[in-house]
Amino acid sequence: MDFLAASAGPIAEALGTTILLAVAAGIGSIVLGTLITAARISPVPVLRWAAFGYVQFFVNVPLLVLLVLAVFALPDAGFLLPLTPTAIIVLTLYEAAYVAEAVRSGVNTVGKGEIEASRALGFTLGQTLRVLVIPQSLRAAIQPIGNVMIALTMNTALAAAVGVVELTSAANKLNLVEAQPILIFTAAGLIYMALALAIGLTAGRLEKKLRIRR
Amino acid sequence: MTSSTSPAQHPASPLVSVAQVQKHFGAHHVLKDIDLEIARGEVVVIVGPSGSGKSTLCRCLNRLETITSGTITIDGVPLPAEGRALADLRAEVGMVFQSFNLFAHRTILDNVALAPHIVSKVPLKQARAEAVALLERVGIADKAERFPGELSGGQQQRAAIARALAMKPKLMLFDEPTSALDPEMVSEVLDVITSLADDGMTMVVVTHEMGFARRAADRVIFMDDGRVVEDTTPDEFFDNARSDRARAFLSKILAH
Ligand SMILES: Nc1ncnc2c1ncn2[C@@H]1O[C@H](COP(=O)(O)OP(=O)(O)O)[C@@H](O)[C@H]1O
Ligand SMILES: [Mg+2]
Repeated sequence: MDFLAASAGPIAEALGTTILLAVAAGIGSIVLGTLITAARISPVPVLRWAAFGYVQFFVNVPLLVLLVLAVFALPDAGFLLPLTPTAIIVLTLYEAAYVAEAVRSGVNTVGKGEIEASRALGFTLGQTLRVLVIPQSLRAAIQPIGNVMIALTMNTALAAAVGVVELTSAANKLNLVEAQPILIFTAAGLIYMALALAIGLTAGRLEKKLRIRR
Repeated sequence: MTSSTSPAQHPASPLVSVAQVQKHFGAHHVLKDIDLEIARGEVVVIVGPSGSGKSTLCRCLNRLETITSGTITIDGVPLPAEGRALADLRAEVGMVFQSFNLFAHRTILDNVALAPHIVSKVPLKQARAEAVALLERVGIADKAERFPGELSGGQQQRAAIARALAMKPKLMLFDEPTSALDPEMVSEVLDVITSLADDGMTMVVVTHEMGFARRAADRVIFMDDGRVVEDTTPDEFFDNARSDRARAFLSKILAH
């Protein structure tokens, strides 16, 4: 057990990277996913198709493939970014597709009569989306979005495969030295569980606070 | 709030003018040869059996439904087809629905202040101050910070009226505003509508409240099967209905 305490520094740093990946990509994917949903329900056919294509693409390509492509192919094409920002961007693009699906599930809960009332008040379609449809859809989709955020946190581990030193990568390195796989990966697993629990509880709180009473 | 504040082109000309309007839903002919003029300040009550086209007529007046043919002009201007001009027209025509349709995720105050701020670009502070005054006028200023789901039906409908008034409309449309209410809440809503009428608001009210129709209406329109069958004064309508269909409708509705 002592070696765990001795390597607390690097592990804490790696955990910091995991949290950075999750928070940055989490915020990014919620913003982008919401915009994709707005495009998906807009009256502009090109936007609808683009949003549909986006979601289909990212739901049907493995995240690991995307990460490897971004890390190895993008520099070849002349895009040079450090590893961690690259992983954040890929995670954001990838999870945004799932956030978009989650938000879209909330769109159905928006009151038809409320949309009609907004039109009768003179709202343009964009204003109705911004003021009514998107806010109500997000509120209805808090739990599913929370689940996407949990999946995102687990998916940050894949960044290890392309060289980002996050929690799983740090655990792996430690294990190479100490050869204590059960202990080390159980500890890492417990940390991921704690993160998932924190996200789940936060989502539950938010849901309770923001739930729409009809 | 009175019609004198509107930039009337010809004060004597009708505010609403409906000519030869037809409306179909697919093959279903729902409004037939509708001709109708509404003067400024006039209170028109529309009655008739369910399915006769009352709601559809109302909804055509602010173009929530499009008509198949004919013309509708409001204040001398034909209803715009779409875009900014249509949104502007809708802002001038307030509508109150049977099911209130308040924005469930916003407070009552926000419900009233939102449209002036977003549609008419009134600064938020001013929009809120005006909203408070309107909530006072309809008697629910103490509910300003509540959410719609926390209010009774009667309170929600009064908030919905305040929300429509916040746009300073030239015309108010009420589509069965008390039909979804528990009986004990009907009068609080009708009182608000009556006070608006007393202030000179031009309005169209679809209702089954015959007492209100007799008291508040300048004119009663009886619709049946998509047509305007009677268009007369309340006294004429209730005491001397000419058509068999109106008499049959009245005897049915006044029986209970
Ligand atoms: N959106 C719609 N699509 C198809 N038919 C409709 C629609 N709205 C109303 N109708 C039909 O039009 C007729 C008139 O309806 P409505 O105007 O709601 O009557 P009222 O308000 O007098 O009860 C009815 O036969 C109704 O079924
Ligand atoms: Mg109706």
